[in-house]
Formats: sequence, structure tokens, C-alpha cells
Amino acid sequence: MANLKEVKERINSVVSTQQITKAMKMVAAAKLRRAQDKITQMRPYSQKLTGILNNVTASSEGETDVIYAQKREVTRVLLVPVTSDKGLCGAFNSNVLKATKALLAEYATLDVHIMPLGKKAYDAFRRGPHTVIDTFYTVFSDVSFENVNRAASFAMESFVNENFDKVIIVYNQFKNVATQEVMAEQFLPMEQLASEDTKAVETDYILEPSREYIIEELVPAALKIQFFKTVLESNASEHGARMTAMDKATENAGELLKDLRLMYNRSRQAAITNEILEIVAGANALESK
Amino acid sequence: MQLEIVTPDKKIFEGQVTEATFPGANGSFQVLQNHAAIVSALAKGVVAYSGPAGKASMVVDGGVVEVKDNKIVLLVEKVLS
Repeated sequence: MANLKEVKERINSVVSTQQITKAMKMVAAAKLRRAQDKITQMRPYSQKLTGILNNVTASSEGETDVIYAQKREVTRVLLVPVTSDKGLCGAFNSNVLKATKALLAEYATLDVHIMPLGKKAYDAFRRGPHTVIDTFYTVFSDVSFENVNRAASFAMESFVNENFDKVIIVYNQFKNVATQEVMAEQFLPMEQLASEDTKAVETDYILEPSREYIIEELVPAALKIQFFKTVLESNASEHGARMTAMDKATENAGELLKDLRLMYNRSRQAAITNEILEIVAGANALESK
Repeated sequence: MQLEIVTPDKKIFEGQVTEATFPGANGSFQVLQNHAAIVSALAKGVVAYSGPAGKASMVVDGGVVEVKDNKIVLLVEKVLS
């Protein structure tokens, strides 16, 4: 039978671990709520923007050339893996890193640069062999549009300046609180200006100063908001993943405790039984003298 | 008229106004009741509006405004003050 004191010490340690995981779960739940609020707050802007963009492009005849949709022969690629700053969130980060590495293998013959967002991605790639752009990996310390925008603007500018021919974001899409799905999305060149299947509410807008000018203004804004949305989704997914991971950990600790307590009581009983046996045997020996 | 001012981080204003002035890319312009449908890009400048609740103004760094059926939607990335 196991040593009583040893078992007791293990029980104590598991109890404190369980307290920590429980607290982390609650913190993650609160942060998840805030992250989801941010997504809801961003939604009106994004919807209105696509609405206007659809209206403007729908009432236009012929294609408008947008620099962000320019398809070039791909020789230089920018990968943007989006992870979290902290661990303890299950397979959240390793899934993104795995998907990124798969893409790296796919583009092995090309010149690939990596712009990690989140400390975990930075730690994974900073030792090379690919060039890492390390200016933006701390975005998650302040998830505001202004801050995230810097990374988006950098990616867009370097695409326009032909430093990269393709920009791909790898991130966790937020399905629901418990599920995340890793997505590799092509950010640039943009696939399409706006969804074609809009009912095209043909309003005769006055366009000031001109249609081209407005499209030129709106398209980057739409791209920036898309980038922002990606980061927000990843942020919400992170807290969701951490919440589920910590919930599981708490549950496992509970099970472990149940076994340990059983073991503790068994060995305690065994010790008592032993002691009684010894006393009785001793008494018997004295009597029979 | 209904005016909505939205940024990616939050909705800044939503309410009734009688008059609103925007810093259009080609110069400042005013929107009154029954204005024709318009989409205009904005330059950096002052957005001012007045309504039953009083007057207010703010400085924006570009953006876009849509006016349609007495509904004004102003999208800005950043409000400077």
C-alpha cells in the first residue's frame, strides 16, 4: 500500500492545480465574452461597407481595375500565421503552426517571408530558415482596429510595391465556443471585389468625386476590415479554446482526485487494520502465557 | 433624418438630425432633409451635425458617407477628436 503521507501530498498538489485551471477557465470565459463583443461591434461597419461597395460596383458598367486584385506570377509569398500570445489552450496554436508548415512545404521553391501575429507563432519561426517580419507579433496586447491596421497596411503596401505576389493568412476560424477551424485564406490578391449575387438595388447614386475614386478608397478599407475580422476571430477562438481546454483539465483533475482519495482511504484503513491486528496479537500472546 | 456614425471599434452616434456637414473629397458639403442619394468619399476634416439633441462635431481622417432615403451612414476608420 502506498505511503499515506505521499498520497496526501499528491492530493494537495492536484487540488491546487484544479483551482488554477478552474480560475483560468473563468477568466477565459470572461475574455471570450469581450472578444465576441468586439466582433459584434465591428459587424455594422463591415456590413455597411460591403453594402456600399456592392451598390457602387453593381451600378457600374464594366470591370474596374483594382490594384489589390492584380494577379502576378507568384515568386514571393507572405505567410501570416495568427496564434495566441499564451499557451494552455489545447491544440489551438499547434494547429495553426502545422498548417503553416504544410504551406511552407508547398511553397518550398518560392521565396517565402513570414509575418507572425502572436508570440507563439513568432517563437516558432524566429529561428528561421525563413525571413521573419517581427514588427507586428505583439498585436494581441491591444486588439484595436488602429493597432491591427498597422499589420494590414504593411501587408497591403508590400503587395502593391510588388514585394510580395501573394499574402496568405493562417488562422483559427471561430465556429462556436467549443470549435475552431484552421483556415488558410488568401488575403491578397483579392479573389473578388464584392459578392456578385447581390440583388443590385439600382439606386442612382451621385458619386462624389467619382466612382473610381470611391472604389479606390473603399477597397483598401474593406481589406483592412477583413484583416481585422480575421484577428478578432482568432482572438475569440483562442479564448474559446482555452476555456474548453481548462474545462477538460478541471474535469481530469477531479477524476484524478477521486482515485487518489480512494487510495488514501484504503491505505488509511489498511494501516488501522494492521495496527489493531498487532495489538490483538500482542494481547493474545500475553494472555496465553 | 437618421444619422449613423460607425467605426470598426464601435458605433459612435445614432440618432435623428436635421442637418449634417461632411468634408467631401472635393470640398465640404451639407446634407438636408430629402437629399438625393449620394455616396461620397471624405477627406480629413470636420463632421458636424445638429438635431433635436443639439449640435456636435468631430474630426475624422477620411471615410465614406452614404445618403439614401433620408438615412445617412458615415463610415470612418478613426475619429481624431
